[in-house]
Amino acid sequence: MATTDIHTHLDVHHHDDHSHDHEHHEGNFWTKYIFSEDHKVIGKQFLFTGIFWALIGGTLSVIFRLQLGFPDANLDWLRPILGEWITGEGKLDPEFYLALVTMHGTIMVFFVLTAGLSGTFSNFLIPLQIGARDMASGFMNMLSYWFFFLASVIMFISFFLETGPAGGGWTIYPPLSALPQAIKGSGTGMTMWLVSMALFIVSQLLGGINYITTVINLRTQGMSFTRMPLTIWSFFFTAIIGLLSFPVLFAAALLLIFDRSFGTSFYLSDIYIGGEALPHTGGSPILFQHLFWFLGHPEVYIVLLPALGISSEIIATNSRKPIFGYKAMIGSMLFIAILSFIVWAHHMFVTGMNPFLGSIFMLLTLIIAVPSAVKIFNYVTTLWKGNIRFTPAMLFSIGLVSFFLTGGITGIFLGNSAIDIQLHDTYFVVAHFHLVMGSASFFGMLAGIYHWFPKMFGRMMDNRLGAIHFWLTFVGVYLVFFPMHYIGIAGFPRRYYSWTNFDTFNGFFDLNMLVSIAAIATLAAQFIFLFNFFYSIFRGRLASTNPWYSNTLEWTTPRVPGHGNWAGPIPSVYRWPYDYSKPGAKDDYIPQHIPYSETPESNLPHENELIKLETSGEQGAIIVEGKH
Amino acid sequence: MAADIKIVEEAKKPLSMHPQKFALWLFIVTVIMLFGAWTSAYIVKRGDIGWSEIVIPNLFYVNTGIIVLSSISMVWAVNAARKDNLEKLKLAISITTILGVAFLVGQFLAYGEMIAMKEFFTGGNVSHSFMYVLSGAHALHVIGGVVFLLIVLTASFKNKVHSKSMVRIEMCATYWHFLDILWLYLFIFLILNR
Repeated sequence: MATTDIHTHLDVHHHDDHSHDHEHHEGNFWTKYIFSEDHKVIGKQFLFTGIFWALIGGTLSVIFRLQLGFPDANLDWLRPILGEWITGEGKLDPEFYLALVTMHGTIMVFFVLTAGLSGTFSNFLIPLQIGARDMASGFMNMLSYWFFFLASVIMFISFFLETGPAGGGWTIYPPLSALPQAIKGSGTGMTMWLVSMALFIVSQLLGGINYITTVINLRTQGMSFTRMPLTIWSFFFTAIIGLLSFPVLFAAALLLIFDRSFGTSFYLSDIYIGGEALPHTGGSPILFQHLFWFLGHPEVYIVLLPALGISSEIIATNSRKPIFGYKAMIGSMLFIAILSFIVWAHHMFVTGMNPFLGSIFMLLTLIIAVPSAVKIFNYVTTLWKGNIRFTPAMLFSIGLVSFFLTGGITGIFLGNSAIDIQLHDTYFVVAHFHLVMGSASFFGMLAGIYHWFPKMFGRMMDNRLGAIHFWLTFVGVYLVFFPMHYIGIAGFPRRYYSWTNFDTFNGFFDLNMLVSIAAIATLAAQFIFLFNFFYSIFRGRLASTNPWYSNTLEWTTPRVPGHGNWAGPIPSVYRWPYDYSKPGAKDDYIPQHIPYSETPESNLPHENELIKLETSGEQGAIIVEGKH
Repeated sequence: MAADIKIVEEAKKPLSMHPQKFALWLFIVTVIMLFGAWTSAYIVKRGDIGWSEIVIPNLFYVNTGIIVLSSISMVWAVNAARKDNLEKLKLAISITTILGVAFLVGQFLAYGEMIAMKEFFTGGNVSHSFMYVLSGAHALHVIGGVVFLLIVLTASFKNKVHSKSMVRIEMCATYWHFLDILWLYLFIFLILNR
């Protein structure tokens, strides 16, 4: 016994070695809260910045919904905020409308659902759930946030330019985005967009390198890949996808910058402005689309996978059942990650590409339905006959599954290259991606906040307000996006400022009004969340260390974990994270750090073999033979 | 008693490698994707009408020789450090750094040669712009590599690089060899696609 004791002590010590240097100093305000290298603080910084951007992005959408829902309304009352962007007749400036749509997309996709979602939860959860003191490089992690912050500042400043922020759509297709003289939104605003996004990419790469390194190298004893929670698996895949796809966006953006500012012709050819030919020859705008969508499609899964991982964890915990098909969940995420790189041209069916090539991309695209269906099946079978507890996090996770299904089904329509000729660039596309990627990921983010709030701030959020927030948002989202399917099938194109000049589309006046009212109500409902969030940070009920009776390692830390996460040695892991309601067990959950030798009543035969139990007669004590 | 049992059952320690080295490899992956995107774009563009083929400046051949030599002296430096042969290490790492700077100067002079051949970055054909983008972006990475070399150089002159402290020079070598291989790839790519 004595020998084993010493042996492990050394082991634990060795394990802690690399983080010893920054474990013992607390630092002043600046190093503790601002330039912190603690992954938990950095995660919260991402969260607060993400919430700030979500509010701005949401407000922008409501402003352009006002225009779409109430085209005749006088918007003079917005003049104090928007100034000259409201024209003399009290209408929204058409070019500002384009900027609104562009910025809404950019902010939501990149700043909220990429940085705000993976930035928050990868940073906060990876070290806590794999049993590490911190990220592999705290300094790089801090840099990652501050690059994002700088990107945010530049993007925010572009709102206050006289020519307004970027207006070429979040996909910034050239030649519109490449020619500053094209529209106001292609001027300085576009330059700042590109600079901001370049910094953003640097931030994502720094973060991604850190996440992957941490997951692979800093797992605690016993945390094999098959014992990792699905959250970690999803963050891991997300980081890999980001690492492979963001450099390609950087390559595309750099060439666009050269075209815009230096006079090269990568994307430009044969363009006449005011009867004068521009000097650019030999470029191809389709080239940009290929490069952009090589990032753009994986980006969809960068946004979605973390949300799916979070909901897997929450649904298993609150169903009090092991996740159904743990390995199938990992496999389907891996499959989705691989497929995400070979389907990009389904965004380009109508660019005049070879129809044969189109049918290959169509086939690959439709195959994504298989792993997605596996995931939905596993969610439903996890819920099936579970002892379900409807916490707000659970509600939002179930909402995610609903959106993922509803929005995913329309993906099968859009993935068909023939049907896409009719549906391309209509509100059908808008409805599809807002449900499957926008709302689903947003719900995943909210679920994550509700679930891990007690670990982040040591207090509980109010469940009743959470439930109200859920139902208003859930119903609101469907009211906003479901009618858009009909508008889209009728051929109403996206990004149009006004449709009242076209007889064909006049019939959707009332439907558009309904959508706009629902959008306003949904945004208003988010203030319930904001109140709940900020109130609970300061005045919420004190949380216990494990309020959801969950299995994963983060709930073995103190109520508010300090720098280094565990006061004593890092716990070791002996089992997978989903031992809920195991037959014979005392409680309906067995945390990961409980050895099989302590739970003889619930062990399965192969688990007993794992530990080679020997019972001695005296005092009923258990003596275990270690593997040395 | 219970505590003892926990300890005895200590699970296997997961496989892991030096985190910083691992992060460097991941960084290399991102650079590969960056240049992969550009060279794919080059191939796609080459199929378009109005493409004019490139002429490779002669200095590129010389520079290729220089950077390959610098890789060899880098191997020499790492071996010397591993054998604690510090004088040899200082010589080898100095040679590598000088060759690295020489490569950068050579690339800059090659641009002069390209301009003399009327291959301009802007205003001309896209193929010429691509030449500048590929070699220019590579040169930026080489500048980073030279800075890294200078750091290791200073450390080795302070006798801080030896067989017990190899992480820095090993990472530097990994990156430097990668830059060498990347240039060889770009160079052969341009030769095959002209």
